[in-house]
Amino acid sequence: MARYVGQRVKRTEDPRLIKGLAHYVDDIRLPDTLHVAFVRSIYAHARINGVDAGEALKAPGVVAIFTGKDVSEKIGPVPCASALPELKVPDHRVLATDKVYFVGHPIAAVVAADAYAARDAAELLMVDYEELPAVVNAEEAAQGGAVIHEQFGSNVAYKLTAGEGDIVAALASADRRIKQRIINQRLAPVAMEPRGVLARYLPGEQELTVWSSTQIPHLLRTQLALMIGIPENKLRVITPEVGGGFGSKLNVYAEEALLGWISMQLGRPAKWIETRRENMQATIHGRGQVGEIEIGCKADGTVTGLRYNVVADLGAYHQLLTPAIPTLTGLMLSGAYKIPAIQINVTGVFTNKMATDAYRGAGRPEATYVVERAIDLVAAELGLDPVAVRRRNFPAPEEFPFKTATGLFYDSGNYEGALAKALENAGYERLREEQRAAREQGRIVGIGVSTYVEICALGPSQAMPAGGWESATVRIEPTGTVTVLTGASPHGQGQETSFAQLAADELGVDMGDVTVVHGDTAIVQYGIGTFGSRATAVGGTAVFVAIEKLKEKASKIAAHMLGTDAANVVFAEGVFSIKETKKAAAAAGDGKAADADSDEVPEPVVPVGEGPAGALPEPETEGRKKVSIQEVALAAHLARELPPDTEPGLSATYFFEPKNFTFPFGTHIAVVEIDRETGEVKFQRYVAVDDCGRVINPMLVDGQVQGGIVQSIGQALYEEVVYDEQGQLITGTLMDYAVPRAKMIPWFELDRTETPTDVNPLGVKGVGEAGTIGATPAIVNAVVDALSPFGVRHIDMPIRPEAVWRIINSSDE
Amino acid sequence: MKKAVQINVNGTTRETEVEPRLLLVHYLRDVLGLTGTHVGCETSLCGACTVTVDGQAVKSCTMFAVQADGSNITTIEGLAHDGELHPVQEGFWERHGLQCGYCTPGMIMAAAQLLERNHAPTREEIRHGLEGNLCRCTGYQHIVEAVEYASKAVNREP
Repeated sequence: MARYVGQRVKRTEDPRLIKGLAHYVDDIRLPDTLHVAFVRSIYAHARINGVDAGEALKAPGVVAIFTGKDVSEKIGPVPCASALPELKVPDHRVLATDKVYFVGHPIAAVVAADAYAARDAAELLMVDYEELPAVVNAEEAAQGGAVIHEQFGSNVAYKLTAGEGDIVAALASADRRIKQRIINQRLAPVAMEPRGVLARYLPGEQELTVWSSTQIPHLLRTQLALMIGIPENKLRVITPEVGGGFGSKLNVYAEEALLGWISMQLGRPAKWIETRRENMQATIHGRGQVGEIEIGCKADGTVTGLRYNVVADLGAYHQLLTPAIPTLTGLMLSGAYKIPAIQINVTGVFTNKMATDAYRGAGRPEATYVVERAIDLVAAELGLDPVAVRRRNFPAPEEFPFKTATGLFYDSGNYEGALAKALENAGYERLREEQRAAREQGRIVGIGVSTYVEICALGPSQAMPAGGWESATVRIEPTGTVTVLTGASPHGQGQETSFAQLAADELGVDMGDVTVVHGDTAIVQYGIGTFGSRATAVGGTAVFVAIEKLKEKASKIAAHMLGTDAANVVFAEGVFSIKETKKAAAAAGDGKAADADSDEVPEPVVPVGEGPAGALPEPETEGRKKVSIQEVALAAHLARELPPDTEPGLSATYFFEPKNFTFPFGTHIAVVEIDRETGEVKFQRYVAVDDCGRVINPMLVDGQVQGGIVQSIGQALYEEVVYDEQGQLITGTLMDYAVPRAKMIPWFELDRTETPTDVNPLGVKGVGEAGTIGATPAIVNAVVDALSPFGVRHIDMPIRPEAVWRIINSSDE
Repeated sequence: MKKAVQINVNGTTRETEVEPRLLLVHYLRDVLGLTGTHVGCETSLCGACTVTVDGQAVKSCTMFAVQADGSNITTIEGLAHDGELHPVQEGFWERHGLQCGYCTPGMIMAAAQLLERNHAPTREEIRHGLEGNLCRCTGYQHIVEAVEYASKAVNREP
């Protein structure tokens, strides 16, 4: 039955992208467009004593300049969707008025005839700053000192304790207790396409269209309507091609509202394309957790309890999900293990920096890093193999659904299965022997293992700030082609292909006859968007169920066309046919049923392009035993011969609400060698076995895993957003912020196990973030393992060669 | 003070008056409407804007249009011939060498020029040759495979 699902089908998105004919926001050209440049704070914390736009207004091409005073009463605050108890929420206006709170904080919008003129004029705008002490270190900010938002009296935005089990007793009952300070450094998502917004207001129609490089067109529309004060049904958000997001475009930004508002004020289209420097300063960052773990264990490696006290560096304001990210860390602290007692104590702290928010993994990489480092610390403490400690604490496959001490129910899993396969693929025992031999030769070699589990398919609406379902409409047009409208908003993941694979198989049509439409709120029914590895597991399921509904209706029409009851009709490979009765089957033995086989389905039903358009031909069904789904679609639209009480048309919509999250898992193994002379970490092998449930397109799954691992390599070895003591952003360009390049990356040896989920009928779990969640600790564990002869039990990320070199050269080995 | 430039782009010579400070990438995108060449950093670090100028891969965000006066430029839009994809384009499609597609035109142009210099590069040579181009989605492995595919296709040609 599956002609496409499960196959390495080439992507339907690709031809336009490889020919340079796709349209990202900046590629959309509207006549009369104005260009916007922002004046942004050069200080981390300062009072604004005045803004003088006089010279800038006189600059050639300038049309208007808007400052905080002009807009702060007219545009509502930038929203935060997280609702935590006693959360302090600062009033986040789209432009700064009295104070600036981080480098890059927008102060004024300069509108000009072209982008060069706008940027020239922005340099002429004079801001009178009075610098204030910057709050940069989150741990210190939690203790006291200068306060960023004076109305709150301190920099603590919230405190939260979560977890189940008696942690004090659990740690007390342990044979060993291990403490470790642990840091998940700030990262920048760095989508290759920076953000961009184009807004066009039509004063006659009173309609505003906003093209934005976003992951959440519908949620953005709702929020922008509220911010700008335009009826939601007069606002259309379009996400054209989106050049990567990784969570950074799962947000509602000041610039998006401002551009819409500016277009409404000036009655002309307005465009802003973020520069990379702005992207580093004023697009959300990720991670930013400094904490201490305490883990208790029995002498055999059984974990008794885990506590994580963490300070989360939130930045100056809450963006959409800022305070919620550490709560996801708390949820995933059980990792792939049976841990009877878990506690997380979060202190969310304001700092004079850009907000942190969801960056690929969003709280889960932090948790996995904590847990997988902790397990290795247990192994080191007890002198056990890290693999043995993992095995001792795994739940068995028959223990699923497995309840954690963080309150989750893991849907399905076979952690031993993935681990065993990875160990075999890597040749783990042999690797350990080789490591022993290498060490005898004075080489510094390490093997790191991570057996991760993640939480995907976000998620049940109960657990989400704005709905956790996803929507789909599937319709068959009169001429027989299939249109799928998905509320998900893919931006590189390839759902135009995978959803077409799914629809083509379920409808028995050619993939080339299926078009997947997304990212336009005027065309697509309300949806939630693409993030949290949810598009296929939740959105794909919506497509699947919508097709089921559509086929149910089509079956009734087909039965009517064939002069029988729906109960007598079967559907296979795009054709409805009358069920063969026992009598007919017996008759077939006499050769009398040959007619039925020769009853070929005419194709195509409506020969597009071969004749004059006009009245469509009625499908001829007299005496036939089969009709194609395309013929049914045509009959449904002509609606002359439909069964009683049947709505014309052939379309179905479904909003799928998942009953739980899904929990993909896997094992990653990194083998590294450290250059004694330079301290540089070099990969020798990288082996991964991932289990994301049922796979629709293995090629796309490989791509997701590989890209994810490379972002992990970035966190483990290269990337860090650095602010200095004055809150100046040191890593403001791609020269200073080390996104991994092709040469830094090993060859990945990937494999899979497949444990389906029963959370959705597809059995799909999700794979968008697995690599970024599973790989980071494998790499750090490998480096720590390599350095263990030097007495090293832990090392902070990013693992810079200098730090490694100092360890090698200051130790006696 | 605009300057007249004569630049052959994808086989067609265009005469235009441009501001001396106009970047080549903006000339291609805004003057000629060839928006397949992308801007990712404006500092020549990401390679999204890579085109070839007289056969050499160049980051068009760090060259002025006036510097290209008299040159022959190929952009991503000019790489396919008579509807036939260039082997590198074919390789990227076959081997899933792209996800969001934003780095892709620059990556393809850089890879095409790499294969001009070296018809049968090793994986290491491919990685080295593409070090000037950042991709945040793919993790590079499928890109390396795409270039290997193209290299084999190029070598099959008579």
